[in-house]
Amino acid sequence: MSLSEKYKDDIADILSRYPVKRSALIPLLYLAQQQDGYVTERAMIEIAGILDLTPPQVYETITFYTMFNLKPVGKFHIQVCKSLMCALVGSDTVVGWIKTKLGIGPGETTADGLFTLSLVECLASCGTGPMMQINEDYYERLTEEKLDRILADLKSTGSSQLKSGPFMWPEPIRT
Amino acid sequence: MPRHELILLKNMMQPGYGGSLTEYERAGGYQALRATLGKIPPADVTAAVRKSGLRGRGGAGFPTGVKWGFLPKDYQGPRYLCCNADESEPGTFKDRQLMERDPHQILEGIVLASYAIGAETAYIYIRGELVLAAKILERAIGEARTAGYIGKNILGTGVNVDVWVHRGAGAYICGEETALLESLEGKRGLPRVKPPFPATHGLYGKPTVVNNVETLANLPHIMNRGAEWFASIGSPPKSTGTRVFCVSGHVKRPGNYEVPMGVTVRELVYDYAGGMRSDKPIKAFIPGGASAPFLTPAHLDVKLDFESVAAAGSMLGSGGVTVMEEGTSMVWAALRLMEFFYHESCGKCSPCREGSSWLVQIMRRIVAKRGRMEDLETLSDLCKNIAGRTVCAFGDAEVAPIQGTLKYWRDEYVALIREAEAANLIMPEPAGAKQ
Repeated sequence: MSLSEKYKDDIADILSRYPVKRSALIPLLYLAQQQDGYVTERAMIEIAGILDLTPPQVYETITFYTMFNLKPVGKFHIQVCKSLMCALVGSDTVVGWIKTKLGIGPGETTADGLFTLSLVECLASCGTGPMMQINEDYYERLTEEKLDRILADLKSTGSSQLKSGPFMWPEPIRT
Repeated sequence: MPRHELILLKNMMQPGYGGSLTEYERAGGYQALRATLGKIPPADVTAAVRKSGLRGRGGAGFPTGVKWGFLPKDYQGPRYLCCNADESEPGTFKDRQLMERDPHQILEGIVLASYAIGAETAYIYIRGELVLAAKILERAIGEARTAGYIGKNILGTGVNVDVWVHRGAGAYICGEETALLESLEGKRGLPRVKPPFPATHGLYGKPTVVNNVETLANLPHIMNRGAEWFASIGSPPKSTGTRVFCVSGHVKRPGNYEVPMGVTVRELVYDYAGGMRSDKPIKAFIPGGASAPFLTPAHLDVKLDFESVAAAGSMLGSGGVTVMEEGTSMVWAALRLMEFFYHESCGKCSPCREGSSWLVQIMRRIVAKRGRMEDLETLSDLCKNIAGRTVCAFGDAEVAPIQGTLKYWRDEYVALIREAEAANLIMPEPAGAKQ
């Protein structure tokens, strides 16, 4: 199904927010990625049509931003923060655990297509490292036991209660 | 533990506070908006903010009221406010907490700022990864719109301010205000050459103000309690108010601590963050995010305000304080940050694009014990030829980790290179050769 058919109302709503159509490019690319898990060439061409752009204008923009996948990724995209602040508290160890448990290194996907591992730069979670993002959710203050539970939860139910809620750290001390 | 009044984190520190509109109103929220819109002329709001001494909390520390004052007075077309929520500076995680725990405080600030500068549309440019924060803001905007705090004819005053959330998509540079505008226009996030500045030629070429989340969150409090009150907090006259410092690294209780500007790093680490993780002494710290040069234990009593940190040779920046214990390899730490900057260089300016690649390669080989003594000279030369030679401040930022560590821990570089020499493990190719 084309984006215009599937997300007709969303697209109209997005376009209404900007006086210049091209501003809707990133929001529309998110819709495309939501539909297919990555941004297909077909979607890029369709979006170019919606926004009166040429397909190369869409392509030149999309390649600047790391959050768009140009090829399929696993159902769960594990992104471990490798920046200094997380590295100080053990992010390299987390990557090692994932390698042992899932048999994949950075840039690889498990054979069953469930998990892809990426190493990413700072995700604004430096006080609660080591941490990772899986699809839209943050998982912080990782330990090996916590990681095991997250992976098991995702495999069995597709989501995990261990994901972060509204962020506050440290939590207020109750007296 | 806090021996002073909390301003920005006050609501969320109340047990059970969920950040909804009702809770925010019950805590006195939107009173500033009611007392200001249509009652205090926009120019007087700007004057009050200028008088309060409020400076940008995103990194550069530019006085907020002065920034607003740069907008052309007689311009008739649309103007825009952009809330910079692209929190991406390694070491910084305060805006995320402000957005996810008390979103209306930010929205009230956004409406006040829009009113002051005459903008009828405001965009919150939020980093793409912060999906939860974006959802929470969207929900809060919906609540505020229903209650008449956002939208057309706010509370019957005739003031219109519409607020929209716009997600980025993973590019550190989009926190730079002109790159943010490019990105918001649907383009690659490449910083613009300045001048002209956004105040005259911003979003879609129209007069635009870009303010950080924490900066905007301060506005309701300034309007409620007065510029004098705000100007009396912290380290007046130049660093007023509180700062939400993000403490990370080898401390016992990392996290966000709101303190008056001017507390020392020693106080922040030992009185607030519980001291060092394994009670080892501090070896180094970064006072203001990855872009700020490392400092040493000799600087622990430097006051955390704009001037004092700058005088110590670093910068207060985004408020990200990262602390490292004795035993941390400083060359390794500098490499980790350099890898970040290499990854995030937007590629527009040659010194930064090529230079970051060279710096990473040299640092990697030194850490891998394959460096040469002349690498140190090359590192210094490269740093000097990047800083100040790029369109935006990223060039200055990316050399900070290496310049800082070379200054204070040169012996660690030398030791690694000596090991390479002793083992005869020096790489033959010249600096800059492709890996």
